Amino acid sequence: MVTLTINGEDHELDVPEQMPLLWALRDVVGLTGTKFGCGMAQCGACTVHLDGEAVRSCVTPVAQAQGRAITTLEAIGDDEVGSRVQQAWLDLGVAQCGYCQGGQIMSATALLKQTPDPDDERILDAMAGNLCRCGTYNRIRQAIHRAAAHGEEQA
Amino acid sequence: MSTYRDTLLLANVSRRHFLKGLAASGALVLAARWDLSLAQDEEEASYGADGMPHGWVDDPNVFIRIDEDGTVTVVNHRAEMGQGIRTSLVMVVADELGADWDRVRVEQAIGHEERYGNQDTDGSRSMRHWFDPMRRAAAAARTMLEQAAAEQWEVPVEECRAGVHVVIHAPSGRELGLGALAAAASQLPVPERDTLRLKSRDEWRYIGRENVKTDRPLAIDGEDIVTGRAVYGADVMLDDMLYAVIARPPVYGATLASVDDSAALEVPGVVRVVEIDGAVQPAGFAPLGGVAVVAENTWAAIQGRDALEIEWDTESAGDNAGYDSTAYREALEEAARSPGRVIREQGDIEAALADAETRLEATYYMPHLAHATMEPPAALARLADGKAEIWAPVQSPQAARDGVAGRLGLEPEDVTVNVTLLGGGFGRKSKPDFVLEAASLAGEFEGRPVRVQWTREDDIQHDYFHAVSVDRLEAGLDGDGKALAWRHRTLSPSIGSLFGPDPKHKVDFELGMGFTATPFDIPAMSLENPEAAAHVRIGWYRAVYNLPHAFAIQSFVAEMAEAAGRDHRDYLLELLGPARQIDPREINEGWNYGEDPERYPVDIGRLRAVVEKATEEAGWGRDLPEGRGLGLAVHHSFVSYTAVVFDVEVDGDGGLTIHSADIAFDCGPQVNPERIRAQMEGACVMGIGNALHSEITVSEGRIEQDNFHQYLIPRMPQAPRVTRVHLINDSSEAPMGGVGEPGVPPVTPALCNAIFAATGKRIRRLPIGDQLVS
Repeated sequence: MVTLTINGEDHELDVPEQMPLLWALRDVVGLTGTKFGCGMAQCGACTVHLDGEAVRSCVTPVAQAQGRAITTLEAIGDDEVGSRVQQAWLDLGVAQCGYCQGGQIMSATALLKQTPDPDDERILDAMAGNLCRCGTYNRIRQAIHRAAAHGEEQA
Repeated sequence: MSTYRDTLLLANVSRRHFLKGLAASGALVLAARWDLSLAQDEEEASYGADGMPHGWVDDPNVFIRIDEDGTVTVVNHRAEMGQGIRTSLVMVVADELGADWDRVRVEQAIGHEERYGNQDTDGSRSMRHWFDPMRRAAAAARTMLEQAAAEQWEVPVEECRAGVHVVIHAPSGRELGLGALAAAASQLPVPERDTLRLKSRDEWRYIGRENVKTDRPLAIDGEDIVTGRAVYGADVMLDDMLYAVIARPPVYGATLASVDDSAALEVPGVVRVVEIDGAVQPAGFAPLGGVAVVAENTWAAIQGRDALEIEWDTESAGDNAGYDSTAYREALEEAARSPGRVIREQGDIEAALADAETRLEATYYMPHLAHATMEPPAALARLADGKAEIWAPVQSPQAARDGVAGRLGLEPEDVTVNVTLLGGGFGRKSKPDFVLEAASLAGEFEGRPVRVQWTREDDIQHDYFHAVSVDRLEAGLDGDGKALAWRHRTLSPSIGSLFGPDPKHKVDFELGMGFTATPFDIPAMSLENPEAAAHVRIGWYRAVYNLPHAFAIQSFVAEMAEAAGRDHRDYLLELLGPARQIDPREINEGWNYGEDPERYPVDIGRLRAVVEKATEEAGWGRDLPEGRGLGLAVHHSFVSYTAVVFDVEVDGDGGLTIHSADIAFDCGPQVNPERIRAQMEGACVMGIGNALHSEITVSEGRIEQDNFHQYLIPRMPQAPRVTRVHLINDSSEAPMGGVGEPGVPPVTPALCNAIFAATGKRIRRLPIGDQLVS
C-alpha cells in the first residue's frame, strides 16, 4: 500500500511503488485534470506540484511522492497564486483545445511562486518544457505577466 | 478536404427518416417538428453544406431547448478541438434568439447525422456551412416565442419583439421571459423557412463583437479547462472499466506472425491479451491490427505490452517494408524532372521558356509530418445487450458510428457515439481507427467498458501522416524581369491511397488546395502532376496539400523577385495582377472547396489586400541591421485569404529569433473575431514548427521517431515575440470563408523568405533543422 497526500487529503492506494504518479492520479484516484501527453517528461501536460515544486508526474514513481504534499490542477485554485493564474488564463482567452493548459497553469504557478514578477526570458526558460500544439504560447506568456501584475496590485 | 471520403460515404445518405425531437426529461421541449422534405430535396444540390453527406438541418426542435426557468440549451453538433465552435456557433443561436449569454448552456450532440445534419468537423467549414442554418433555427424559435406571447396578451404578433431573454410588447411595455413562454411556444408550428425574419447586423450583441461583457466567460469551456473539469477522450471514468494499449505492426500492411504473451500476463494488473484483427491495405479507418494488452489500469497495460514478444510478418506489406524516406525523396526529385499529367495549361510553355532572357528553377521538399495532438488518441467503448456506447474525441462521429456498427455487426442505430472535447484534432481525429479498436475490445469483454489509450509512441509511429512532397518550379523572365513562363510539377502520395487502389496522383481536392488555382497573371503556365505512390497511411493534416503548394510557390516567387532584382512585395503584386474575380472553373479548378464558384470566385483583389495590409503593418521596406530580415507570403485556401510577414534575426551561430509576425486575414464576415485571432496565432506557431524542425523519416518501412525528443514541435521560445493579427474585410457582402486551416500555409514560406532576407540562405528542403548553422 502507498499513502499519498493529494490536495490535502490522504489516499491509501494499492498500487506498485514504481507506478508513475500520473496513472495513480488518473486511473486509481480518478483525478483526470492531470493529462497524459508523452510519458517521458517531454511535454509537461502531466505537471503537478510536490511540496510546491512543479514535477512531471509521468516520470515520478508514487514511491517518490509519498510523504509530500501533492497538488493537482483541481486544487490549484485554492492557492492564491494559482487562482490568479487561472483568472489570467480566462481573461486572455489562452486556451484553445485546453488539453495542455492544466500543465501550463501548474508550471506558471510554480514559476510565479519562485519569481513573482518574471521577465520574458525567465518565462521562456521556465515554460519551455510545456508543449502546446495549438500554439497558444504568446497568450500564455501574456497571462503570466498579467497574473504577476495582479499580484503586485493586490500587494 | 474530404471529398474523396465523402464520395465513399454517400452510399449511406438515404437513411434519413423521421426522428423525434430532443428527448428532454424535466424540460419543456419545443415539440413541433420541421418538415424535413425541403432539406432533403436541397441535399441534391452540390455546393456548401448541401453537398455534404446528410446535408444540414435547421430545425429549432433539434438544436434549441428552453427550460421553465429560462435556461436555454443549445445543442452543438460540431466537434470542439480548440477552434471554439462550442462558443461561436452558440453565439449565433443566442444572438438570433435574443438569449442572454449567462443563461445559455451547451449540450454536445451525439453522432447522429440524420438528426443533426453533417457533423464532419474538418475542411474549416463549421461556420460557413452552419451560420445560416443555425440562425434560421434560432429565428424560428424566436418567432414561435413571439407568437406565444402575442396569443397570451391577445395582441397582434407584429407588436411583439424578442428583447434580451424576454419577449416585449412594445405598445404596453409588458414583458414575458423565455422560460414562461416555452410551454406555449412548443405547441406552435415551426414557421416556414421563407417567412423568417433574421436580425440585422446592428441588432447583434455577440456576433462579430469583441470584448463582450458577460458575467460568465464567453468561452463556454474556459472555466472547466482551467479547473480540470473539462472532459477529454481519456477522462470518462466508468465503473468496472478496463484499460488497453495495443502493439501495432511496425510497417503499414504487416501482420502478426506470432506472439508470446506469457511474460505480459505475469505483470500485476494485466487481465488478458487479445489479438486485434487488422486491415488489409487500403486501411481506410480500420484498425491496423496487432495485440492488445488489457489491464486494470493504463500503467499495467503499458508494462504488459513492453513484455510481449512479437514477430511481425512484413510480407503482406509488400513494397512498404522497403520504404526509405530519403531514397523516396531522391526518387521524387528525379521524377519531377519529367513531365506529368497536365492539370492546367495556358500559352505555349516550351516556347515561352525558350524565349526567356532569364530562366530559373528550384525544387522544394516537405517531409512527412505527424499531427501530434497533445491528447493522444483514446476511446472508451462498452457493448451490452446488443448495443454499443462510445465516448471518444472524434471529428467525424458519424464515421465512428458507422465504423463501430460494421466492426461489431450492429446497426448504426444501436451505436451511440458520445463526443468528448478533443485535445487537438488537426485532421487526426477525423479517422476513427482508435474508436474501432476500442469497439473490438468491448466485444471481447461484453458488459465491461474498455478504454484504448494510445501512447505518444503509438501516436507518432502509427499516424495517418501528412504526405511527403516534392514541388519543382521553373520560370522564364524577360529582360525586365517580368514573368513569361511558369511550370510547376507537384508530386505527393494521395490520401486516396487510404480508401482504394493507390491513384498515384493527387486527386482533385488535393490539387485544388492551392495548386490548380495558382492565381498568377503569367502568359504561359503549365501545372503538372507526375506519379507518386504511398507507402504509409496518408491522411489530411491541418491545411493538407496547401502546405507544400504554398511553401513552393511562395518561396519561388521570392526567388524570381531576387533574380529580377525587384522588391518581393512589388513583384508578388505584379504577378497577381489587377484586382479581379476569376471563376475557378475557367482555370480548371472544379472543386473549389465544395463551394459555389459564382459565390466563391478566386478574388485577386482580396489576395492583394492582405498582402498590402500585412506589409504595411510590418513596416515593409524599413532598414534593418545585419542578420535581420523581413519575409512575406500570401495564400488563398479554404475560401479565405491570408498574408504573413515575419521579422526574423539569425545570429552568427545560426540561432533564429522571430521578432514579430504580422498576419493579415480575410475570411469575410467574422462571427467570433477573438477566436479568429486565436486561430491565426496558433496557425502561425504550427507553421513555424512545420518549417523549423518537424519531420517524420522512414527506414525499412518503420517510422524513425517515436516521441517529442525526436519529433520536434515548437516550444515557447520558438514562437514570435509579438504576433499581430489584422482582420480585414468584415463585410456582409463577402462570402464567409474558413478559419481553422487557412492561417497555416503562408507561414512556412514567409519564414523561409525572411531567413533569406536576413542571411541570403535559401531554404528549399524542410525542415530547416541545422541548415542555418554555417
